[in-house]
Amino acid sequence: MNAAVCIEGVTKRYGPVTALDDVSFEVAPGELFGLIGPDGAGKSTLYNILATLMRPDSGRAMVCGLDTVRDYRALRTRIGYMPERFSLYQDLSVMENLRFFASLFGVSVRDNYDLIAPFFGQLERFPDRRAGALSGGMKQKLALSCALIHRPEILFLDEPTTGVDAVSRSEFWDMLSTLREKGITILVSTSYMDEATRCGRIAMIDHGHILDVDTPANLVAHIGENLYNAVASDMFGLLGRLRSMAGVIDCYTFGATLHAVVDDRFDPHTAEAELIRLGLNDTRIYPAEGTIEDLFIKLTRNDDR
Amino acid sequence: MTAETAISVRGLTKKFGTFTAVDHITFDVFKGEIFGFLGANGAGKTTAMRMLCGLSIPTSGDGLVAGCDINTQSELIKSRIGYMSQKFSLYEELTVAENLSLFATIYGMRSKEFAGASENLYDELGMQSMRNVRARDLPVGWRQKLAFAAATIHRPDIVFLDEPTGGVDPVTRRRFWELIYKAASEGMTVFVTTHYLDEAEYCNRVSIMVDGQISALDTPAGLKHKYHASTMDEVFRTVAKEATRGD
Repeated sequence: MNAAVCIEGVTKRYGPVTALDDVSFEVAPGELFGLIGPDGAGKSTLYNILATLMRPDSGRAMVCGLDTVRDYRALRTRIGYMPERFSLYQDLSVMENLRFFASLFGVSVRDNYDLIAPFFGQLERFPDRRAGALSGGMKQKLALSCALIHRPEILFLDEPTTGVDAVSRSEFWDMLSTLREKGITILVSTSYMDEATRCGRIAMIDHGHILDVDTPANLVAHIGENLYNAVASDMFGLLGRLRSMAGVIDCYTFGATLHAVVDDRFDPHTAEAELIRLGLNDTRIYPAEGTIEDLFIKLTRNDDR
Repeated sequence: MTAETAISVRGLTKKFGTFTAVDHITFDVFKGEIFGFLGANGAGKTTAMRMLCGLSIPTSGDGLVAGCDINTQSELIKSRIGYMSQKFSLYEELTVAENLSLFATIYGMRSKEFAGASENLYDELGMQSMRNVRARDLPVGWRQKLAFAAATIHRPDIVFLDEPTGGVDPVTRRRFWELIYKAASEGMTVFVTTHYLDEAEYCNRVSIMVDGQISALDTPAGLKHKYHASTMDEVFRTVAKEATRGD
């Protein structure tokens, strides 16, 4: 079966800045595919190209089997795009926005209502409220409804959860899982590493480069580093001590513990004893499981930020 | 012995018409503490923070911030605190030196005072060679360092950080927290909001706002113990689930 998205050697420059540098990957139909990377990594540029709003300088992108440059008109009716910035008409009401987007694509709200019902339902209570007067979470639901009302085959979501709290983020990902079950291919970007695990596959992107593409489980399994947790009551002191210890390649905070990346010279028992001798009395060191965030830190370790 | 407080509020309330955005919150933040101010979107964090920064007068309630009364000395508060957010913290078209100088002027520093402070800062930040680089041309890690330096150039008693790490990569986020640790170890009080719950673990104490009230306040270890959770993420989900007003 043809790929839903096929990106081949796409490069895009803005003056001296290379926003995307020879980017290639494919997304299969029906995938929930994550584009994971920080602000400025090139995610939005890639979305603009996939949504036919921008031409790549070189390389090409195919979406639904159509070329994003040559076939842009045909393609626009088959994709849904929710940009990072709020994309609704602020002075139109909830229902007016929805009807407007439906009419742009020549569809009726009623025909496709089943698709948006799970999240638009909460907005039905105030159909006449101006979009500009909605709260952040409600705006997000309305924008998603408008991006879906023409029943697109592929949904492009650019950082839909930036600035959103942990509970609302989790609910948003539940909505995406529901849409995926209805057969819609989803390409979603995020700067939250923990959201990566909600995707079938992810591409990790930084400074315009794709660092790796795989399932989250495979990526984590192949980190290939010796990783330990370290805790003490003086965490900041412990961080400094561990960093200067032989055999420690990197050490960084990781929630309630520190993660230490070590080589063969490092022995956890010796290190623990040494740190206790240095005054960090309650130091404990024990093996850690790697995560996508550890992988990202590894892949970007030698960058100049 | 009781620790000195940097922030102390009692029954702080803010109403907009019939809507009570902040509903009788009472808490203390101690000097030199890193205090995490968490809450769901729409819980009232921003409104509460605006009152603490002297940008909004409470409907009722009392409080002292850096020794100033939040009802009667809001202008004085502004000179004693620093403020930084991810959304806006630097003037993009100005250089590193111009940004620092502008913030120093806004905070009322004398030029001699500023000259001395900024020399030290450039060395401390490792930014001597970047003085004349425009803010928008700096890599994200440097921008954050500069924004933090600008917000604290007048050595405020308290610095308020409003989602300072939103959208920032994991490495830069961590470097930023090391700046926070350093500032706190030098005696500055840090009041910080974040949606990254691993960062809540780095705070000395954390409060969680739900529907305009403070539903939980303790050390991360204390909160995890109370809610039988292994991470602050679990604690947050448990506490924030009680919300009824939605965002």
